[in-house]
Amino acid sequence: MLIFLLRRLGVMLVTALCLTFVVFFLTNLYPNLEKVAKLEGTQRMTDEQVANFLERNGYTQPVFNRYGQWLGVLPGFTNTNDDGKVIGRCIRRGMDPAEAPRFCGVLQGDFGWSIVFKTEVGPLISKRLGLTGWLMMTVLLVMIPSALAIGVLAGMREGSRTDRWLSTFSIATTATPEYVSGVILIVVFSSRVVGLKWFLGSSASAMENITFWNFTLPVVTIALYGMGYIARMTRASMAEVMTAQYIRTARLKGVSFPNIVMKHALRNALIAPFTVIMLQFPWLLTGVVIVETLFNYKGFGWLLVQAASNNDIELLLTVGIVSVIVVLVTQLISDIGYVYLNPRIRIG
Amino acid sequence: MEPLTWGQIILAILLQLKWVWVGMILIFVFSIRNKRKLGLYGKLFDNPIGMFGFGLVLFWVLCAILADTIITQDPLVQISGMKNKLPGTPVRGVEGAYYLLGGDNLARDVFSRLIAGSQTVLSIAPAATAFAFMVGITLGLPAGYYGGLFDTALSFLANLVLAFPVILLFYLLVTPEIRETGVVTWVAGVLFIFPVIFFWTFMFSRWRIAPRVLTSVAAPIVIILLMFYFGTVFKMDPFVGIWTTVIGHLNQGNPIGEWMTQTWEQHSPLLSLGLGPERLNIFVAVVFVNSPTIYRIVRGLTLDIQTRDYVAAAQTRGEGPWYIMLWEILPNARGPLIVDFCLRIGYTTILLGTLGFFGLGLGPESPDWGATINDGRKLLSIYVHPALPPALSLMSLVLGLNLLADGLREESLKD
Repeated sequence: MLIFLLRRLGVMLVTALCLTFVVFFLTNLYPNLEKVAKLEGTQRMTDEQVANFLERNGYTQPVFNRYGQWLGVLPGFTNTNDDGKVIGRCIRRGMDPAEAPRFCGVLQGDFGWSIVFKTEVGPLISKRLGLTGWLMMTVLLVMIPSALAIGVLAGMREGSRTDRWLSTFSIATTATPEYVSGVILIVVFSSRVVGLKWFLGSSASAMENITFWNFTLPVVTIALYGMGYIARMTRASMAEVMTAQYIRTARLKGVSFPNIVMKHALRNALIAPFTVIMLQFPWLLTGVVIVETLFNYKGFGWLLVQAASNNDIELLLTVGIVSVIVVLVTQLISDIGYVYLNPRIRIG
Repeated sequence: MEPLTWGQIILAILLQLKWVWVGMILIFVFSIRNKRKLGLYGKLFDNPIGMFGFGLVLFWVLCAILADTIITQDPLVQISGMKNKLPGTPVRGVEGAYYLLGGDNLARDVFSRLIAGSQTVLSIAPAATAFAFMVGITLGLPAGYYGGLFDTALSFLANLVLAFPVILLFYLLVTPEIRETGVVTWVAGVLFIFPVIFFWTFMFSRWRIAPRVLTSVAAPIVIILLMFYFGTVFKMDPFVGIWTTVIGHLNQGNPIGEWMTQTWEQHSPLLSLGLGPERLNIFVAVVFVNSPTIYRIVRGLTLDIQTRDYVAAAQTRGEGPWYIMLWEILPNARGPLIVDFCLRIGYTTILLGTLGFFGLGLGPESPDWGATINDGRKLLSIYVHPALPPALSLMSLVLGLNLLADGLREESLKD
């Protein structure tokens, strides 16, 4: 078990390194750097000024060198300006160059500087992650119980009318991406045209204070899309369990149907959906990005869009690290949980 | 002129789609009559859900093919005074012309854009999925069959791509800046060579002892594919280039030689998929995102099928590894792959919509559904009609593909 965990941890580290390097490489291609220069300086810089700016701020060093600086294994870049002022990677605005540390990278716990938000990346990310955490948690609380309920109800009597209806419903939800269901929900529940006006179409106010009115639509939008898939997996697994010998035995000895479902079938039927739910997290991340943009909820997904569209290199790298950790940790949990739920499987 | 009532609007739209209905009825009647002769496709017509899904997909496919006869206005033209007008508003100054589903916030016809959008979506999604399948199959089969270091390395790469949040990847891969650097061309160069490799190994492994088939069928197909490859990815065509340069050189000073070099300069890629730089970019990004999943599916299926007796029999017969992979394992994996193909076209459609939703890829003029939804959502609380039709269309197409996949799965499991 310990070896398994260590190996997974190693793979995770290598994956994170490769992923950040790819992001680093792509964001540091020259046309992208030009975008950075124009954002930092002015929009109307000439090509020469851009080249000058990049040279002065150390963007023209070899990419491996700069990646090492970002990681914190190479000393941070410094340069003395024409007017004698020392600038460098590790020297923040208003900081005395002599006091600045020599290394400042991820290994030192410094995630860099966001050029769009003009602030430290670390605190920025943690604040936005907190907001998205609330969203995710509510989504999971809504999505998982309802998906499991639909799946179990559909799968316990395969081929029945309930099964047909619930299966069609779950297929329909998987066919409706967030940007479609979000639009439809806004139209129905908050636009002037239909006139129901039950919920707010924007969740900007939920960043301060979450209420039923401003948080329902985004949560339902994400939950609907993810729900169908989990429900279908639960249904398949439930239907399979219901044909097993021990269920037949239980029926023959006269156990009532609700008891069979609750006490005999459920535990075995929930093993497969557990894995699916865990692997659903990366998908949820995409959903979060769309929904946060659609409902103007400024969380982690919104941050990703801002960082990516402005080529905010260091912010984007940290966003990448966070998401790769989310993906790989949920994979790990799903593997370990699978063993825990199903004692017949061993990992070695 | 009076605006149309809702009944008249529906009637007008149904009439506008008349050739689609004719096509659907013809195909359905033909298929139901011959369903016993048509294999898996025919069996679909025994399954009401699968048939319904097929109907939805067919509707959109026919809409895309017949788009030119359906649209009532030019989807790109803005007519003054039609901004955000409600469905059924007559076009100012033109007798008998209406904006059937109203105008969007740039005064363009929503209905015509909807139909033109189906063309955009359906010209990219199935082809991109097919390319992704060829990449996934060409890499997944040997990974599962041989295992070892090749498998480990490729699986690591696949997991790496899958660990990226899709949207981050799109933001990195689908931008004008990236197109400038040529990264897209190189990724396309790597990904698009796989169909060529796939077709060549597919035919070579089977007919390597029959050189007549290879030279008369396989080689021309592969050369045409290569011409497409060079024409699409690198915007040039070495075959025509070499040919015209050599003959042009031999005929130097002659009018024929000059004519040949001129033709070469004017029409340098003789064959190409006709993708502009933006479409190529989207195409590459979608194939890149999809192929790792397909690789994993194919690899898993190969690991499973490899242990069957008919594979052992082929090995004992002395067949080559590629023959076993492509002609023994692949046909027996077709069931799950066909089902996944249908599902994945739906997923790709969703991905294309996501791209449009974030304003990536095709320009703001483009009528694709995702971009239209994104444009329409800004005024959603006041005007519903620009955003709702593309949203419902996308939903119905993906729903159709999902139901079709479900029907195919049920029918293929019945054997």
